[in-house]
Amino acid sequence: MPDDGTLNPFRTLAPPPAAAPAHRDLPISEADAIREEVERGVLFTSAEKLVSWAVNQSRANSIWPLGFGLACCAIEMMAIVGPRFDISRFGAEVFRSSPRQADLMIVAGRVSIKMAPVLRQLYDQMPDPKWVISMGACASCGGVFNNYAILQGVDKIVPVDVYVPGCPPRPEALIHGIMKLQEKILVSKVELGPLPSRKKAKGAA
Amino acid sequence: MRTETMTLNMGPQHPATHGVLRVALELDGETVLRARPIIGYLHTGMEKQAEYKTYTQSIPQTDRMDYLAPMSNNLALCLAAERLLAIEAPPRAQAVRVLLTELSRISAHCVWLGTHALDIGAMTVFFYCFRERERVLSIYDQVCGARMTASYFRVGGLAMDIPEGFLDRCQTFVDEMPAHIDEYEALLTKNPIWLARTRGVAPLSAKDALALGATGPVLRGSGVKWDLRKSQPYSGYEAYDFEIPIGTGGDAYDRYQVRVEEMRQSTRIADQAIRRLRELGPGDYRLRDYKYVLPPKEEVKTSMEALIHHFKIVAHGFFPPVGEAYHAIEAPKGELGFYFVSDGTPRPWRMKVRSPSFVNLQTIPTMIEGRLVADVITAIGSIDIVLGEVDR
Amino acid sequence: MTTALTPLRIEERLRERFPDAPFHRQTGEAVRDFTLMVPAERIAEICAFLRDDPELDFAMLSWIAGIDWLPREPRFEVAYGLLSLTRNTRVTLKVAVPEENPRVPTVAGVWPTANWHERETYDFYGIEFTGHPDLTRILLPEDWVGWPLRKDSPLGYEEVAFTHNTPHRMKPDPTLKKLAPKKVRYRAH
Repeated sequence: MPDDGTLNPFRTLAPPPAAAPAHRDLPISEADAIREEVERGVLFTSAEKLVSWAVNQSRANSIWPLGFGLACCAIEMMAIVGPRFDISRFGAEVFRSSPRQADLMIVAGRVSIKMAPVLRQLYDQMPDPKWVISMGACASCGGVFNNYAILQGVDKIVPVDVYVPGCPPRPEALIHGIMKLQEKILVSKVELGPLPSRKKAKGAA
Repeated sequence: MRTETMTLNMGPQHPATHGVLRVALELDGETVLRARPIIGYLHTGMEKQAEYKTYTQSIPQTDRMDYLAPMSNNLALCLAAERLLAIEAPPRAQAVRVLLTELSRISAHCVWLGTHALDIGAMTVFFYCFRERERVLSIYDQVCGARMTASYFRVGGLAMDIPEGFLDRCQTFVDEMPAHIDEYEALLTKNPIWLARTRGVAPLSAKDALALGATGPVLRGSGVKWDLRKSQPYSGYEAYDFEIPIGTGGDAYDRYQVRVEEMRQSTRIADQAIRRLRELGPGDYRLRDYKYVLPPKEEVKTSMEALIHHFKIVAHGFFPPVGEAYHAIEAPKGELGFYFVSDGTPRPWRMKVRSPSFVNLQTIPTMIEGRLVADVITAIGSIDIVLGEVDR
Repeated sequence: MTTALTPLRIEERLRERFPDAPFHRQTGEAVRDFTLMVPAERIAEICAFLRDDPELDFAMLSWIAGIDWLPREPRFEVAYGLLSLTRNTRVTLKVAVPEENPRVPTVAGVWPTANWHERETYDFYGIEFTGHPDLTRILLPEDWVGWPLRKDSPLGYEEVAFTHNTPHRMKPDPTLKKLAPKKVRYRAH
């Protein structure tokens, strides 16, 4: 496991073998030996960190994108589904057609003013947690088209997590964007709701 | 018992509408009574923007119109501008243009076949077609640096010459392609499910097709023998030997067969173009008319006159004569034409794009009214629309 | 028929059929297509004749474009691009439309394809096509106000925010740095 403290919530009671104390050389009793063995093999953590880690891992490794290709970037998005740049390595090959079942909206292409309310409605229909990747220059900032018809950046109407530049971004660039989003998910804080209390009369915990 | 019709909105976000197309369907059970396509969800204001840019600066915009075959769109704009200026690209440039346009046609038809089959339910074809498309995209990459949005052609020729070894790589692709097309045909042409889903579905008679202005495989699938590469040839097409597939019935199956055969003919044309390029040998890739076309860099660095022309064209743009010109090419989707109105300044007074998908989409109500709702998807797929072109 | 149709012949036939209509050919330094100016009120009859006459046989309407000549009078022009497949000829008809009364009869009765082309011209320029079955906006939102392709409509250019023209921008949030893990090792498995 990587030893970055933020990602790894687990720690063992026993110190690592390199820093073994001097008493290792002395004969130890059997009970002590068993206790040490158990301590080294048992992981201790807090419930919050464990759940956070597990939930983030599962969210990051099985992102379900919403099939929201608008323009040319959509073809590069289809190319990552294709055999050469395989996105199912990342668990994300199921492009859901319905926003109710998706958790990632990849805005691939230019957003025209007629499409903007539709995009906002689709974003609202997605259940939490949801992320948005703004793919390409047109979605990030209006791109080549700076005129009356194109929204200058999709972040005017939805909050964006990752911007992927390019016109269109190569499929590798989009996959890099998805991996950056995975990193973002892995460090995000999972909010646990209030735990149910056994003694209801005393109020919630 | 009172019955009512249901209005179903095949909304702008849909897995099978090939982009942001909205079709308002009025259904009686599963029968479509009325269908009304509503477009505009990808309107980009390209025609207005072209009035603020020079002709060369509008070339990248055209890439984003029919984004499946970007070189075709570039070619259409360059040819229309060349018609306005009454110049012609040199033979080597013309042969490269034909080669790359035919490869675009193959790539566009690959995407069409893959997505059309995916909509109908055949997923394997999608993966096979995208594998071939990656080969064409890597060819584009070699020649201009970008996979999809190429902007490789310029008014008067090409932006730069083709790299070394390019013709050999194209030849490898062209030699292998017919075997891949055989693969697609083996999966679909005699497949009973495919036949049941496309034969007799979404018919369009020749009379309707002409009245509705349909062009391209939609028109040829209905039996009308009309292809601009043969009737009004451009860029040296009169010298190439190829055939035009014509359908008989005008249904989705005919259009499928027309397009698959077109892929084969495109391979043939590309082969001939490669041979022609090898025969022509090295040469000019841009016209040496420095009033309108950039001089080659070697001359810019040595001749004062060329330097002045270069500066003027880059800083200001070339000054076309006052007039108008319309030129159309046979894009993979149909007749793609550009109408330029020039007022003598480097920026066009009006640029009008006659996009084939915009016109072909009007045939939807004729094709599916009175038919089943599942055929709507087949119909939209068989027309082969690209919303970037429809909405511009 | 393989004999090509010359522009002269087209004009001859039109003058034969409509002797009192003021046709004239558009001349100019670089008018590359054969362009005829026709009177606006009679465009529908003229198009019907061009379509039905067996010698001319303009079976397809390729395109309709509006043009705004703002300082010039009459302000608008509508150009119709016709195509005859059997005679392999193209012709462009042009109609002058004044600004005070921008109305032209529709040709959707002659070629159904004109339906969407005329809607697009209406959407961009505000030129009304009388007799059109469904003259509504097609490319812009239904409630858009204005005619975008007119020369006095703005492009809608939005000033791009750079550091040199946004003095009061927000500074990047220093706490956000924690989101990026320090080092990610990509290992080949």
